[in-house]
Amino acid sequence: MQTPPRLDLSGIAKRFPGVLANDNVSFAVQPGEIHALLGENGAGKSTLVKMIYGIMQPDAGTITWNGQRVTIANPKAARKLGIGMVFQHFSLFEAMTVLENIALGMDANIPARDLEAKIIAVMQQYGLKLEPHRIVSTLSVGERQRIEIVRALLLNPNLLIMDEPTSVLTPQEVEQLFIVLRQLAKEGCSILYISHKLHEIKALCDTATILRGGKLVDTCDPAVETSRSMAEKMIGGSLKDITRGEGRALGSVKLTVQGLSVPKDGPFGIALKDIGFAVKAGEIFGIAGVAGNGQNALLLALSGETPSANPDAIQIDGKRVAQLTAKQRRLSGMASVPEERNGHAAVPDFSLSDNAILTARDRMGMVSGGMVNARTAKTYAGEVIAAFSVKATGPAAMADSLSGGNLQKFIMGREIMQKPQVLVVSQPTWGVDAGAAAAIHQALVDLAATGSAIVVISQDLDELLSLCDTLAVINEGKLSKPIPVPGANIEEIGLLMGGIHGENQMGENHGETAELAHAS
Amino acid sequence: MRLKLEKRPAPSTFMLIATPIASVLLTMLIGVIVFDAIGIAGERAVIDIFLTPILASYKWQDVAVKAAPLIIIALGLSIGNRAQIWNIGAEGQYVLGALAAAGVGIAAGPDASSLTLIPMILAGILGGAAWAAIPAFLKTRWDVNEILSSLMLTYVSFQVLGYLVGGPWQDPNGRNFPATAPLPEQLTLPILFQGTTVHLGVAIALILPFVFWLVMSRSVFGFQIRVVGSAPHAARHGGFDAKQTIWAALLIGGGMAGLAGALEFTGSLKAVNLGFPSGYGFTAIIVAFLGRLHPIGCLIAGFVLAVTYVGGQVAQTTVHIPNATAGIFQAMMLFFILASDILIRYRVRIVKAKGAHA
Repeated sequence: MQTPPRLDLSGIAKRFPGVLANDNVSFAVQPGEIHALLGENGAGKSTLVKMIYGIMQPDAGTITWNGQRVTIANPKAARKLGIGMVFQHFSLFEAMTVLENIALGMDANIPARDLEAKIIAVMQQYGLKLEPHRIVSTLSVGERQRIEIVRALLLNPNLLIMDEPTSVLTPQEVEQLFIVLRQLAKEGCSILYISHKLHEIKALCDTATILRGGKLVDTCDPAVETSRSMAEKMIGGSLKDITRGEGRALGSVKLTVQGLSVPKDGPFGIALKDIGFAVKAGEIFGIAGVAGNGQNALLLALSGETPSANPDAIQIDGKRVAQLTAKQRRLSGMASVPEERNGHAAVPDFSLSDNAILTARDRMGMVSGGMVNARTAKTYAGEVIAAFSVKATGPAAMADSLSGGNLQKFIMGREIMQKPQVLVVSQPTWGVDAGAAAAIHQALVDLAATGSAIVVISQDLDELLSLCDTLAVINEGKLSKPIPVPGANIEEIGLLMGGIHGENQMGENHGETAELAHAS
Repeated sequence: MRLKLEKRPAPSTFMLIATPIASVLLTMLIGVIVFDAIGIAGERAVIDIFLTPILASYKWQDVAVKAAPLIIIALGLSIGNRAQIWNIGAEGQYVLGALAAAGVGIAAGPDASSLTLIPMILAGILGGAAWAAIPAFLKTRWDVNEILSSLMLTYVSFQVLGYLVGGPWQDPNGRNFPATAPLPEQLTLPILFQGTTVHLGVAIALILPFVFWLVMSRSVFGFQIRVVGSAPHAARHGGFDAKQTIWAALLIGGGMAGLAGALEFTGSLKAVNLGFPSGYGFTAIIVAFLGRLHPIGCLIAGFVLAVTYVGGQVAQTTVHIPNATAGIFQAMMLFFILASDILIRYRVRIVKAKGAHA
C-alpha cells in the first residue's frame, strides 16, 4: 500500500471581511519532503499556515493528516498531531535564559534537569549550538531562531512549518540552517518552508506551491524552474530588471558622516560607535547587517530624530546638519524613510493626503501662515499615487487600508518626489512583494541618476548587491570600511555581518576577521 | 453561540455619532431601573434631570450659564487628550484663573474703568496656564506623570484659594466670611439679554468651538496635535517636537480653564469664595469625551451636561433626591461612552459554535 501524504489539503477556503484570503487551495506534502510555500505579501500564505497550525479554522475544505481527516482546533492540538512551527517573529523573553524560555513554551511540565538533557540531545543530533544558560538578550538573531527550532524539535514533529526563517540570518547562518533542515527531512520529517527568496527555494526545496491572491497558481519543481519563472508566477506578470543609465559617473561627495556616536537607547538598545562614511552624488551606498546591530539608531541619527552631540558628525555638501532638527534637515535636502511603516513612516489612521503633509509639508509648499493647504497636499498625494502605481482608492484612503507593499510604495514615492539631495532609507522593500520591490528599486536608481546621494540600510544582502555601488557592514553599532560592490566577496561580507556573534568554535576567528577588516 | 469582536475595515462614522447619543439614552434607562428598584420614582427623577431643563423655558438661562464654563474647559482638555496628554487638573486651573482675575480687579480698585475687564480676563487665562505649566515642566524635565501632578495641584489650588480669600484678599466688610469683596458693577461681564443671567461668557462659549474647529482641522498646530496623539513616532519623524506638544497641550488646557474661571467669576458669581470650585473642571472631562474630543461635539456635550446639573437641582426639590444624583448620572454617561468606544473600530458578530475536536 502506498503511504498517504503527511499533509493533504483539499479545497481550503477562508474568508475575511472584504477579502477571500484562501480560495479552494489544495496540495499535499509528502513524508520527508521540503515543500516551499511561495507567494507575495497578501497572497494568503500566512492564513493557510495558521489554519494548518490550528490558529484559525478554514471556512471550507478538508485537512488530511497521514491519511486521516482531522480538525485542528488549536495550536496545542496541532502540536499533539506532530506539527511544529517556527514563527518569523520570535516569542522569547529577553531577560530569561534559553532553558527558561524553552520550558515556558512546553505543553507538558518537564523537570528542568530532564528538559536540559533533552535539549542537549536534540542540539547534538542536529549540530545546533546553543548554551542553555545564556540570557536571551545576549544572543544573536540566528541563535534566537535556534531556540525556536529546538523548541519545535523537542516535540518530535512530523511536519515543521518555517515562516520566512532566513530573513534575519547571515549567509553563513542560512547555510547552517539548511544543513539542519536537510537532515530533518532525511529522517522523514516534512518541512513546509515559507519564503519569497527564490534562490533559497531552488537550493533547498523539493516542491514549491505558489499562491497568488489566495488561489493556488502552480505546484512545481524548483529544480526545473528558474528564479525568474517562479517570480513571474508569483506576481502574475513579467518581472522588470533594474535599468541603469549608461556611462554613469559619480559626482563629488554629498553626504559626509564622521565620528557619529550615539549612546544606546534603553537596556536592549545599540549604541553607535564612531560611524564614518561618505556618499557621492549619484551613488547608492548600502549598509548591510543582521537585524538589531544599530540600523535603527543610525537611521534616527541621520534623519534628525535623535540629536547628535558632535556638530561635525553629519554634513551635506560641507554644510553641518548634525545639530539640526528633523524638520530643518528636510529643508536642507535630506529625506528619510524608517524601517517601520505603520506608526513611524506613516500614521495608520490618517489619509494618504494627511500622510503627505507629515513629511512633505515644508518642501512641497503645503503650509502658509501656519495653516495647511489641504488642496496642495491632496494634489501631491494624488501625484505620488499615480507615479508609483499605488493601489489605493485615492488621496482620501486611510494609510492602514493599503497593503504593506502599496503603503511602502506611497512612502517611498512621497520622499523621492520631493527630489531630496540625500535620501536615507531603511529596509525599503521589507515585506514588499516582488513587483513593488522592483518598482522601488528602479525609483531609487532613477533618483541617484539625478545626482542625489542615497543610503540604503537593509538586511537583505541580495538587495544591496543588486542596488548599491558601495556597501559597508554594521555590526554592534560599528560600521566596517566601505567595500565596492563590483567584485565584492560575499564570504567576507557574511563574516563582517557575523561580527563578534561568532559561529560555534569558529566564533573567535570570525570576530578577529571582523576586527581586522575594521582596522585595515 | 458566542459574540465575537471583528475589526472594521474603516472606523465607523455612524458609531462615532451614535454611541454618545446611545450613552445618554442608556444612562436614562438604567437610571429609571435603578431608582425604581431602590424605591424612588425613577421615571420622575430621570424626567426632571434630563427633560425638565429643556422643556421649561425658564430653566434655559441656567442651562446656558452652566454650559459656558463646561464647554470652554472641555475645548482645552480635548486638545490635550487628542495628543494623549491627560490634564486632570482643570479644576485647579479654573480656580487659579478666577483668582488671577480677582487679583487684577482688586489691584485696579473699586473705581477702575470697565476696560479693566480685559486685563482681568487675560490674567485669568495666564493664571490657568501658569498653573498648568507646573505639570508641563515636571513632565518635560523629569517625565513626571501629568495625571498625578495636575490632579494633586488641584488640591493645592484650593489651599491657595483658602489663603487668599481668608487672608490678604478678604472683603473687609464681609463680616469675616472668607470671600473677596463683590465686584463693582462696571467690572462684571455685560448681560446679553436684559432680565436674564446670560452673560458675555455664554457668547464666548458659543464662538470658541468654531475657532478651535478651524485650528484643529486646518492648521499645522492642529495637525501636530493629531499626529502626536495617533502615532508619536511618526510625529517625531515628521519633525514635530514632543516636548513642545506637551507644553502646548497643557498650556492651552490650563489657559481655557483659567478663562472659564475668570468668566464665571466676572459673569456669574462676582466674588470668589471657598465654594468657587464647583466641579466644572472635572465634569468637563466627561464633556470632552462625550463630545468625542471634537470642538463641536464639546459644544453639544456641554449643554447635555449642563442640563443634568440644572436637572439635578430640579429633582432635588421635586423627588427629594440629593444633588449628588446628577453626578451619578454624569459618571454613568462617561462609563457608557468609554465602554462603547470600541464599537467605532470593531463590530460585534454572533458566531455559531462549531464542534471543535482534533
